[in-house]
Amino acid sequence: MAHELLGQKPTRFGFGEGLVTLGERHSNVIVLGGDITGSVLTSMFKEKFPDRFFSIGIAEQNATTIAAGLALSGKIPFFASYGAFCALRNADQLRISVAYNEANVKIGGGHAGISVGPDGATHQVLEEVAFLRTLPNMTMLVPADFEEARKATIAMGEMHGPAYIRFGRSPVPMFTTESSPFEIGKAQVLTDGTDVALIACGAMVWESLLAAQELAKKGIHARVINSPSIKPFDFATVTQAARDCGAIVTAEEHQVHGGLGGAVAECTAKNAPVPIEFVGVKDSFGGSGEPEELMVKFGLTWREIYASALVAMDRRDRGSSGVRAIKDVPQAQ
Amino acid sequence: MLQFVSLLVRTLFPQRSTHMDTATKQSLDFNTTTFPNQRTDAQALKAAANEIRRDIIRSLVRAGSGHSGGPLGSADVFAALYFGGVMRYRPEDMHWSGRDRFVLSAGHMAPVMYAALANAGCFPKEELGTLRKFNTRLQGHPGRDMHLPGVETSSGSLGQGISIAVGMAMADKLVDHSDRRVFTLTGDGELQEGSVWEAAMSASHFKLDNFCWIIDNNDCQIDGRLPEVMNVYPIVDKCVAFGFDTVVVDGHDPDDIMRGFDVFLTNQANGTGKPTAIVAKTYMGHGVSFMNDKFEWHGKPPSHDQAVAALEELAKM
Repeated sequence: MAHELLGQKPTRFGFGEGLVTLGERHSNVIVLGGDITGSVLTSMFKEKFPDRFFSIGIAEQNATTIAAGLALSGKIPFFASYGAFCALRNADQLRISVAYNEANVKIGGGHAGISVGPDGATHQVLEEVAFLRTLPNMTMLVPADFEEARKATIAMGEMHGPAYIRFGRSPVPMFTTESSPFEIGKAQVLTDGTDVALIACGAMVWESLLAAQELAKKGIHARVINSPSIKPFDFATVTQAARDCGAIVTAEEHQVHGGLGGAVAECTAKNAPVPIEFVGVKDSFGGSGEPEELMVKFGLTWREIYASALVAMDRRDRGSSGVRAIKDVPQAQ
Repeated sequence: MLQFVSLLVRTLFPQRSTHMDTATKQSLDFNTTTFPNQRTDAQALKAAANEIRRDIIRSLVRAGSGHSGGPLGSADVFAALYFGGVMRYRPEDMHWSGRDRFVLSAGHMAPVMYAALANAGCFPKEELGTLRKFNTRLQGHPGRDMHLPGVETSSGSLGQGISIAVGMAMADKLVDHSDRRVFTLTGDGELQEGSVWEAAMSASHFKLDNFCWIIDNNDCQIDGRLPEVMNVYPIVDKCVAFGFDTVVVDGHDPDDIMRGFDVFLTNQANGTGKPTAIVAKTYMGHGVSFMNDKFEWHGKPPSHDQAVAALEELAKM
């Protein structure tokens, strides 16, 4: 495979390192803590730039709106917490004080998705991508691995406008390098097939690469696309993939409704309608367990992507309107 | 004596037109009066408040919807804030980086802020007639995207503006080490929003003596009196407990309002590290007898006839 496994590391460390880089480059970068600074790695910035770090305590609504005030006074404030609390508990603050104000506020939403593990459903945010990408003026990023998280953090700090980055708690495979391209608004084609397109974000990008590897054994050449920029969205790359492949699978550690899959469906329905299968959490809450156990339980592995690719291609080949549920597909061995 | 006052007013405000109250038709129209921002006497502040009230009526009757009670009730506070030399700003350049900030946390009270800004000369008073209309810069609740000079932030979802103001005060005092002041006004019903108290907690935690929180305490909200809807009293005790130097003022007495602002200015000048809360006791709809202290007037505009009656009454004040 073209993409080598370089090790395992949580994406949150990429966020923490990116913040430190931003702090070194820009004296007006400010970080607000929400009591769990060690978990979301804002602690790294705090240690290095104590004068530009302010602890707000367990008050996400306040932290978000204070950030808006700082931004309206010319600062570049970052606030990070668990995504459950800094994307949804403060949803109204994000909508009005941040997005409507076009305030230059940056939010880091950690512990996203089911892979949080033992903390359980309350802390496993699976809905925020859907919410954030409907907000006007908002930029929404879901990096695939440590290095991409680092790059995305720096990029969002150096653009103007409200932005959100989603990252996770648990170690995930590292496969991008310093030289891998990253640009807000762009998706990257990782493997160039034309039989089926696998479009993913976050940790599901690696799973898509694994699925592509398995599909290749059957002579199926998948185009794996990493789409870290949920908003702005790379309509051109996705449309091209739909036209070239005629069948798509989306994969994300999020509800199947309204997230990356929703963005792909909106894009292709308008530009190049093709069958799509959606891999993600299917309208349910998470639960406690080890990350690997949960990813299997909730159907977030390469196996579901693999099976969904077969379904999507089958629907394309039959000219089917798509009335075949994923449960009909034989389990991959 | 009256002649003397009249002469004084004309001397202080030479641009003030003298014929504007002569007929109903004229009083429904906007004039070009503006007021300077300087230390002045109660009489001058009352004149400014009266003009703000009349402009609120003029804009609301044209809008056909909007909030009458709160804006009218807080006109005296706004007059002191914008025309008493408390807040430093340049009407011709509201983006001046050294300006003090005002954040209207109670976004529904936009008509009084718009009227104050127009009377300061930030934009033509004629524009007050576009309140709430299609494509207006005077949105029903303040919208920063409309770039109306003097509107620092969007607001309208209660309990957020005060936090934004805290963020601004942090930027000024803790990051830029400047002496800029930040003012915010919340309603009293707004105190039911929990995030207000998150903001209050942080203002004293960060020792923001450059932060002045005005609470418009008219004891009314849409559904009724505060204690009936959800009791937020004792307000003063809460502010004190949250670390504020708290002063209660008669929100319709210019001298008393200025006394409140002076407490704030002293706190900042002396570097006490204490934020200031000014609890302004007001009556919703004050200045218009049929609206005075009636919560029914929280969220509706006057009809044409009511506007005429209100303007006639205000002209006599």
